[in-house]
Order: sequence, then C-alpha cells, then structure tokens
Amino acid sequence: MSTKGKAYIVGAYEHPTRKAPDKSLAQLHAEVAKGALDDAGLSKDDIDGYFCAAGDTPGLGGNSFADYMGLRLKHIDTTDTGGSSYLVHVGHAAQAIAAGKCNIALVTLAGRPRSEGVQTGTNPRMGNTNQPDLQFEFPYGPATANMYAMCAMRHMHQYGTTSEQLAWVKVAASHHAQFNPHAMLPKVVTVEEVVNSPMVADPLHRLDCCVISDGGGALIVTKPEIAKSLKRPLVKVLGTGEAVKHQMGGQNLDLTFSAGRWSGKRAFDEAGVKHKDIKYASIYDSFTITVVMQLEDLGFCEVGQGGKFVSDGNLISGVGKLPFNTDGGGLCNNHPGNRGGMTKVIEAVRQLRGEAHPKVQVPNCDIALAHGTGGSLGTRHVGATVIMERE
Amino acid sequence: MAAEEKVYAVVPPTPGSEPYWEAANAGKLVLGYCKACEKSYYYPRGVCPMCLSTDVEMRESKGTGTIYTYSVMRPAKPVYVIAYVTLDEGPSMMTNIVDCDPGAVKIGQKVKAVFKPREDGTKIVCFAPA
Ligand SMILES: [Zn+2]
Repeated sequence: MSTKGKAYIVGAYEHPTRKAPDKSLAQLHAEVAKGALDDAGLSKDDIDGYFCAAGDTPGLGGNSFADYMGLRLKHIDTTDTGGSSYLVHVGHAAQAIAAGKCNIALVTLAGRPRSEGVQTGTNPRMGNTNQPDLQFEFPYGPATANMYAMCAMRHMHQYGTTSEQLAWVKVAASHHAQFNPHAMLPKVVTVEEVVNSPMVADPLHRLDCCVISDGGGALIVTKPEIAKSLKRPLVKVLGTGEAVKHQMGGQNLDLTFSAGRWSGKRAFDEAGVKHKDIKYASIYDSFTITVVMQLEDLGFCEVGQGGKFVSDGNLISGVGKLPFNTDGGGLCNNHPGNRGGMTKVIEAVRQLRGEAHPKVQVPNCDIALAHGTGGSLGTRHVGATVIMERE
Repeated sequence: MAAEEKVYAVVPPTPGSEPYWEAANAGKLVLGYCKACEKSYYYPRGVCPMCLSTDVEMRESKGTGTIYTYSVMRPAKPVYVIAYVTLDEGPSMMTNIVDCDPGAVKIGQKVKAVFKPREDGTKIVCFAPA
C-alpha cells in the first residue's frame, strides 16, 4: 500500500538550546513536544500515536517518556536506527495513520551529549557485549570519525574525490549558518580554512566534522482531514523509503556508497517525482563525506561525481543548483543528541512553508527531500528518505 | 614508528566465539566457512550470513591480504591506524595496521597477520606490511 498523500506534517519545532546543562533529557523531549503542538495548533490530548527512538528515550519502549509527558496513546513505535530514526518515524507514522492505527502522531528527539561531555567523534563507545560484532570490532578503536573517514579515503582512492571538494560542503553550510541566530558555528569559512584545520581522522579535518550539541526537535504528523482543518501551510508526505546496508560477512565490501541508494529510489518511486522537481534537499551532514556519498546515492549526480557536484557553491541557496541544509545543518548549526535526522525534516518543512530565513529561503519551494544515514557509514547503517510537497 | 604501542581491550567472547579467540592467542586467524556456500566469511558466527546454513565451521586463514581502506586516528594516544583488510580468501575485516609509520600506509598495500597483546595478556590479530 502506498502512503502517498495520506499524511501531512503539521507541526515542526527545533529547540533553540545548543547546551542544556540544567535540563533533563525528558524535559527536553517534553519541551520540543510542546513546541511542535503549539506550532500545529494542537494540544497534548490530541496525540494518539508516539514515535521515538529507543536510544534517546531510555526505559522500556518509550513508556517512561510517554509517562513523563502524560500521553494517552493507542500506537507507539520506538524504532531506533540512530540519526536517521526520525526520518524513519515520518514514514512509519504515515503508514500507521494510513492504516487507521492513529490519527495524530508525535515524533520527538532530544539529547545532551555536550553537557554530558561525550567525545562523540573520537572516542570509541563500548556497547552491549551481546552485540554480535562488538568483540570483533571494538578493540580496533572504531569511533565515529574514523569510520566515516575510511569511506572518504576509499572514495578519494576510487573516484579522485579531493579534500577541497569535501570542504565545499562545509563552506556551503557555513554560508547558510551565518543567518541562523541559533547556529553554533555562524562564521563563514573558506575551503582553505577547512583543509588547513587540524586532521582528526585522515582524510577528515576538524571542519569536515559536525558539531556536538544538546537540544532536540519534534514533529506532528496527521491525516489529511485534520491537516486541512488547521491553520498551518500544508506539507504533504509524498514518498518515504528506508534501507539497511551492512557487511554480509565481509563479502564484496564497498564503503563508497550508502543505503541511500536503495531508500532514495523507494521514496522517489512512491512520490512519483524526479530529481529536477526537488527544489531543496536536507542531507544528513555528520561529516562532509556523508553529504557527497548520499547525493550520489540519491541520484542527484553520477556515482563518483559527488565531489565535483558539491564544488563551487552548488549547494548554496541562491547560488547553486541544489540548495541544501539552509539552517546550517549539523556541520554548523545543530546536531542534537548526535542524531541529525530530525533537524533535516524540520528545515525541509520550513522551506516548504516559506518560513526559512529570507536570506536562504528557496523561491517557490514546492517539493523538498530530507535524507539521513543512521549508525555508521563504515560498518552498518540505515538510510531513510522522505519527500514532501507543499500543497 | 610509534614508540608507544596500543594494548587491546578485551571484550568477553559470546558462546561459540571462544575458538576464534583461542586461535588468535595461538597466533592464528580463523574465518567462518559455510559448507553449503563453500565460502569464507568474517566475522565467524554460528550461521552463514549468505544462506543462514548452520553447517559452518572455522577455518584457518593464510593471514595475508590487501588494505581496502584505512584512517589514522590523530587525537588518540597512541595514534592508531584503523583499516579494512581484504583477505586473500575473500572476506574483508576491520583491523589495525601496526609495526609501520602511520603516515606511510596506503590503500592496496599487501599486509600479513601479526598478533598483538590484549589487556589480559592474550593476543588479537592485527596486520603489518608484508
Ligand atoms: Zn552459506
């Protein structure tokens, strides 16, 4: 069953904080939920479906967070695919709404790695020893940065991608961040500044990496009849797709592409739109290489040509052919809880409503895409794509 | 050449994986092998990830391969080189490249298995230039 047009995003809210030492994780979830409900013009008791990721809602199956907020639910989904969870949740919410399992779905994300002093990118994090791959990988020091760096290294080797090309992704994000009063890194940077920043994990420099921030975001997804009764611009979910990429026993390892190759096709097929129809794209930017690979995988350029595609300001709103991450993205604005999928949907919704900052608003933005990768590009991950239309 | 050597963390084995670690401690790398597919896979496990057959065993690898990709973790003390090595038997595995200048590591380089100490004195497989 296609869910095309059967769900609308009617509420979207990004927490303004980037450092929240005095707020609990649950309080951040509650504040973003309230923000998204206010945005939609709905109230707590309208919610009957809740979507959250197990990784940032500790306690069994979202129960503790439903309890904290006093939600009365008939549908709950705590699918956790890392940073792409919230893109997955939009698809799952659309499915649940289309199937009549709930009418008004809340999706929340929150995290406070900055206050908790998590060395997100450079410190390998020990997991549960029942995780089957852990004993074979953890001793070798897979952090976040070096996993993505290995993809970049291979991409450079195979396709001739350069550090300067990767740097253009950060440069474009910084051009957008300068207009966002909440951005952690609002200063415009140059290609030279990126490639001359300290090396973290070869070939990725410090400025190839996203920020570490506290905060969160929330969405409200509902059925067409309810969406049309509200006062907000109508943002329709046209197509969604998800896909898992892993190692298949080490056979034919190929770290030069992501699951976006499959999730993107599924979303485009369901939406029935072409790449040229996409006026704005939110692309998960945990690292600059993530953007280059995902743009190739989604089909915005040929395989291996992502470096060329992002160069010379092609991702800058008002300058290039594919404006991306006009909030400054994870590279400059915000990466709440080390999970970037939520802010990707939120900025796409702003663009479709015409509510992005005037300096970065894409004219006549009628169709937008949001895409993310959760987990690790270098081991196993879930790609998720959402295509939306302003009605 | 890094003066200081990394000592490897010990992650407890899971039921069925003990022979892998016993082999490593004896200076041998073993792979999973599916008798139905007649293919090796890594990491070893009780089912074949290609066909889900449980008619599997562990087989010793020659311990030779080629660097598929790598990265040098600069902020770490000591600095270390993480890599995927594609073994001559077929599968690729995550590992560290050791006993060389991290700055001289290259994709396509031939490497061979070497065994390095873990925190409990037992050993883990790494790779060094062949
Ligand atoms: Zn098999």
